[in-house]
Amino acid sequence: MTPLMRILDRGSVIFLAVLAAATILIPLLNLALPETSLFHVPTYLVALFGKYVCYAILALSIDLIWGYVGILSLGHGAFFALGGYAMGMYLMRQIGTRGVYANPILPDFMVFLNWPELPVFWYGFQHLPYALLMVVLVPGALAFVFGWFAFRSRVTGVYLSIITQALTFALLLGFFRNDFGFGGNNGLTDFKDILGFNVQAQSTRASLFALSCIALAIGFLICRALVTSKFGKMLVAIRDAEPRTRFLGYRAESYKVFVFTLSACMAGVAGALYVPQVGIINPSEFSPANSIEAVIWVAVGGRGTLIGAVIGAILVNYAKTTFTSGPLAPYWLFMLGGLFVAVTLLLPRGVVGTWQWWTQKRRALAAAKTPAAPPTTQAAE
Amino acid sequence: MEASTTALLYLNGINVSFDGFRALNNLSLAVEPGEMRAIIGPNGAGKTTMMDVVTGKTRPDNGDVVFAGQHDLSKLDETQIATLGIGRKFQKPTVFEMHTVEDNLMLALKNDRRPIGMVRWGTTSGEDVRINRILDTIRLGTLRDRQAGSLAHGQKQWLEIGMLLAQEPQLLLIDEPVAGMTDNETRQTAELLKEINRDKTVVVVEHDMTFVRELGVKVTCLHEGTVIAEGTLDQVSSNERVIEVYLGR
Repeated sequence: MTPLMRILDRGSVIFLAVLAAATILIPLLNLALPETSLFHVPTYLVALFGKYVCYAILALSIDLIWGYVGILSLGHGAFFALGGYAMGMYLMRQIGTRGVYANPILPDFMVFLNWPELPVFWYGFQHLPYALLMVVLVPGALAFVFGWFAFRSRVTGVYLSIITQALTFALLLGFFRNDFGFGGNNGLTDFKDILGFNVQAQSTRASLFALSCIALAIGFLICRALVTSKFGKMLVAIRDAEPRTRFLGYRAESYKVFVFTLSACMAGVAGALYVPQVGIINPSEFSPANSIEAVIWVAVGGRGTLIGAVIGAILVNYAKTTFTSGPLAPYWLFMLGGLFVAVTLLLPRGVVGTWQWWTQKRRALAAAKTPAAPPTTQAAE
Repeated sequence: MEASTTALLYLNGINVSFDGFRALNNLSLAVEPGEMRAIIGPNGAGKTTMMDVVTGKTRPDNGDVVFAGQHDLSKLDETQIATLGIGRKFQKPTVFEMHTVEDNLMLALKNDRRPIGMVRWGTTSGEDVRINRILDTIRLGTLRDRQAGSLAHGQKQWLEIGMLLAQEPQLLLIDEPVAGMTDNETRQTAELLKEINRDKTVVVVEHDMTFVRELGVKVTCLHEGTVIAEGTLDQVSSNERVIEVYLGR
């Protein structure tokens, strides 16, 4: 088998084909058809779908570390939010004189707080390439430093989950403070344009949706390439028998730091695409509950399947949109909690994981029934 | 550190205590290159702790642990020690259960261990040759595509020994290889270890005296963290202390 065949198995090809169709069709049905048409996709839906796709990228990044290396991060929302803030800072600096106080340099909240000049860490954010670099670099650097200390000290399991939770909570408290320099409680909002295009415009929203889909496809391909390689097999080995890998001469912590950092960068990209589509980033994105919710998406879809993470994110968020906008709204958190309990008890492999398990079982049965067939790997399983 | 020893593995005056419990008490042991040594002793005698000290899992309170006359193992961690050429099999068979037999061996093969060197797909023909040779040695050739988690207990033990071989170590530390094996499997394992011993040094901890007799090698008996007898199995098993604390009258 060539590497390409290993990376692109049947499921992956189907997934990418569906994603490609959505990338083209949804913007097309939004932009090309008149609003009266039956097949017209309203702009609010395009933005909503764009949000789901960003969540799917976040879920993918969590599945990479939780599903394949067993690192349960309950603070991945922090990396998502940091990427979002980096993008938000670019969008803030694009406002310029159109703000309430019409200051060409300072964002409104700084004028309001009587800050004389722009803080040094806001320098450079008027340039999109610099902001995009920060989108990846800031979450990546934080994850690298955090992972380096945590994994070298061999912090694992529930202890690691708790300190990731503490990390995002600490950032939440920090970003709430006005003197932290990121707009405090209100966060960053009132964005006007991105690269000169109005963020509210229909065409911008459609483009952002398409870009999010492309980012998801790239993220998926990177994850797929990694998990099918020898590196990916090592990740699973570390998940299942870390001491064995050390006694074989591997530095398990290097693998964990590497993949944790990569995952954080992906979460940052998801956050950066999310912010222009929802129009705001504030400290509530750091709230521990957000990170836990993202873990639930992965559990529902099926950890360690990649596609499952994407499907889980979209399914749960679609349910959230449906239920929180109707009379059942007050009960949404109960439903979410119930869903998590139900999936853990009844469907521990998640939706996609169960599907894969079932098709394998069926193939094994079919192989066992065929008398002439030589013993195959499936039969052995 | 004395360099005057020819021993491949040299332990001198090792002490280890856990919360006041003396796990190893002034333990000294020398294993010559090419030797196979069997270590016996009652539960809690410090056999596994000794392996922990050699492989870097536990740091000794004091004493020398010298490998190949030049490496002070008490200063190195598990990964560095494994890279020096010491392989270890755990008491409970520990293989990568989700991977196939072949992948288990592929991951164990002596190769570039850095993450970046691992981003590749499939095996080279050279690696296939090495994997096939090990599969023959450990008698699992027909099971190469089986998931390791579905192997029988004895087969897992062999797979783990195969992974050790794939590491191409100079010294193999093998903790209770025949625990839970049938008589037939036990005999085959003794054969396997003798075969491995043709070009590698082996230290094997075992309770099963039939197995130790089958190996026919020098025996060291530990008790309360110290060596109480050393010699041929007959010498050791006729030792008064050994009979008293371990074999029983």
